[in-house]
Amino acid sequence: MKANSDTKTIWTKKDLLGLEYLSRDEIELILYTAQSFKEVTTRQIKKVPALRGKTVVNLFYEPSTRTRTSFELAAKRLSADVVNIAIEASSVKKGETLIDTGKNIEALKIDIIVVRHNCSGAPNILARSVKSSVVNAGDGWHEHPTQALLDMFTLKSKLGRIEGLNVSIIGDIAHSRVARSNIWGLTKLGAKVTVCAPPMLIPPDIEKMGVRVTTDLDEALRHADAINVLRMQFERDSAKAFPSKLEYFKQYGITEERLKKCKQDIIVMHPGPINRGVEMSSEVADGKSSVILEQVTNGIAVRMAALYLVSNARGGL
Amino acid sequence: MKYLIKNGKVIDPASNINDINDIFVVDNRIGAVGKDITMKADDIIDAKGKIVAPGFVDMHVHLREPGREDEETVASGTRSAIRGGFTSICSMPNTEPPMDNPKIVKRLKEIIKKTALCNVFIVGAITAGRASKKLTSFSLMGKEGVIAVSDDGACIEDKVLMLRALKDSKRNSLLLIDHCEDTKISKGGVINKGFISTKMGLCGIPRQAEYEMVKRDLELAKKAKARIHIAHVSCKESVELIRKAKREGVCVTAETAPHYFSLTEECCATYDTNTKMNPPLRTKDDVEAIKRGLADVTIDAIATDHAPHTDSEKDVEFDFAPFGIIGLETALSLAAAELVDKKILSWPELISKMSTRPAAILNVNRGSLKKGSVADIVIIDPDKEYVYKKDFIESKSKNSPFINWTLKAKVAHVFVGGKLVMKDESMML
Repeated sequence: MKANSDTKTIWTKKDLLGLEYLSRDEIELILYTAQSFKEVTTRQIKKVPALRGKTVVNLFYEPSTRTRTSFELAAKRLSADVVNIAIEASSVKKGETLIDTGKNIEALKIDIIVVRHNCSGAPNILARSVKSSVVNAGDGWHEHPTQALLDMFTLKSKLGRIEGLNVSIIGDIAHSRVARSNIWGLTKLGAKVTVCAPPMLIPPDIEKMGVRVTTDLDEALRHADAINVLRMQFERDSAKAFPSKLEYFKQYGITEERLKKCKQDIIVMHPGPINRGVEMSSEVADGKSSVILEQVTNGIAVRMAALYLVSNARGGL
Repeated sequence: MKYLIKNGKVIDPASNINDINDIFVVDNRIGAVGKDITMKADDIIDAKGKIVAPGFVDMHVHLREPGREDEETVASGTRSAIRGGFTSICSMPNTEPPMDNPKIVKRLKEIIKKTALCNVFIVGAITAGRASKKLTSFSLMGKEGVIAVSDDGACIEDKVLMLRALKDSKRNSLLLIDHCEDTKISKGGVINKGFISTKMGLCGIPRQAEYEMVKRDLELAKKAKARIHIAHVSCKESVELIRKAKREGVCVTAETAPHYFSLTEECCATYDTNTKMNPPLRTKDDVEAIKRGLADVTIDAIATDHAPHTDSEKDVEFDFAPFGIIGLETALSLAAAELVDKKILSWPELISKMSTRPAAILNVNRGSLKKGSVADIVIIDPDKEYVYKKDFIESKSKNSPFINWTLKAKVAHVFVGGKLVMKDESMML
């Protein structure tokens, strides 16, 4: 992978709230920084002192194992202290407000709040109310910036570039924060993005985000260099809009047979957890095109980069 | 007390006056309007360079009393009204308990008598508990002084019930005001459905939720041969439907609020909960359509939909925040900037939309400076620029998206019933 070593970008942002708010240079800086941390994670001793003496709080309003663990490991490998706080979504309305919780956590003299929330925009509101850095670990249907960054990192390390790639995002676009962050990030880095879903799962005016829209899976696959297959959340929002898992798999499920018609070296990504037999078959999930586990590995390096950059943000311009 | 208002630009759409004049106020009435009045007064107000107009009439205000005195009271809400040049306001019935019976109306009347600083007209609920099940007694509430009925905040979605309500409001000569929203369409939504809701990952409110209900209301009003007033028109299609219905002779009037001609959905992009309102802020196209509707008198009145909410209610996740913003103190300035400066309306036309027309729709003897009228007067400095600061807000609640905006056109003096309640921008009460 060719590192963008001549980058002169300086990270100035206190927070990482979404890829919509970042410039191309800033996104490339995170990916470049992640590249050096990737090397750290392959060492025998997987730890650097970059955030020694700093404290990271994982504030999770939604249950999450993989993202939380990934952030926790990322922080620990940077030698930060980590505290995990899980708040049940059902208790939010009657309990302490988000802003009060944020201010109380800040009063414990911590440095970074990593927040996962079921409401879109919650990290934006939190970031305005505290001086600490806020890193968005996924908010509602809005953004999941570190997921998109690790997707792009994986793409770049597999295919050597992002500029000019055809990337198709397939699945419940309407209710997906992963889709939105990927769209912002990929289009800023010059990829050609197609989103593909049944009509009821395509949100209005999504093409204004700079993507091509199709409801035809074959069309989305035809020229794709990579596909990012989203999780169908039949336990939640997707169910209201689409009748059944079986029907979904028939029309939109990724199978070996369908992949045969694609570019030979097509890359298959998935943010996890996979519903085997819903959005893709087990053969595809475990097959040669799949980079799903590499994505998980890369997630740590990318999150190390995100935590490192926000904690060293140089204020001003 | 006798007051002489000297050399102001007197604009009174009711009597077609738009000229430099003096006004003589005797006790609670307008004593005379004319050039160089020399009658002896206790106090002289120099109105040179200012506009002298009939006090504004706001058809749509949430005073929150009784029940939510932490958000607003009759005292604080009417103070806010005066700051904005309003001398008459309508109190919407979604109080706690709601204004759905003569007893509670009587209680509010007593509060108004004791604490209101301007005229407050009471709007009663259409259905018991605003629950869209059973009609309230329009005649008994009417006897207590209710001047209109509405379930504002909620819509009468049951067609049969709505038809009955229209017929009964006609029988009792009460204006019926409808909040048009099909909640089967709007359910779960927090901002306008479109690119911005897509980008922000928020559940959208489709415009159909409003205009499909406007369409239904217009059909029912036609059928019942009854009068209907459409509250807070926010989208293009509603304007077009109302325009067409008016041409066909349907007895419909309509209002819009200043935010619907000043802001678009793009303001929501920072998740500022002070941009969350119902109906939601729409697109640039809608703003243009609202302005055209105001210009060609499809939209009769500008009403604020003043909806106070405390900071602690608004300082939450966007999804959890209540809908609504305060508006009494910014209405004039926004209208001056967006409508007068942009040549959509002349000053007399604007004053008509904020005073004469709403008074006529409500059938109250206000909105005029004719000799003998009640002396409700607003004196405006049309060119004065100021920064709208949170600290200066009179309302108990501060939920405004316009805080720190540089605005122009400021209310200088206000008379309510011949009493000088604001002088040189200072409240006299």
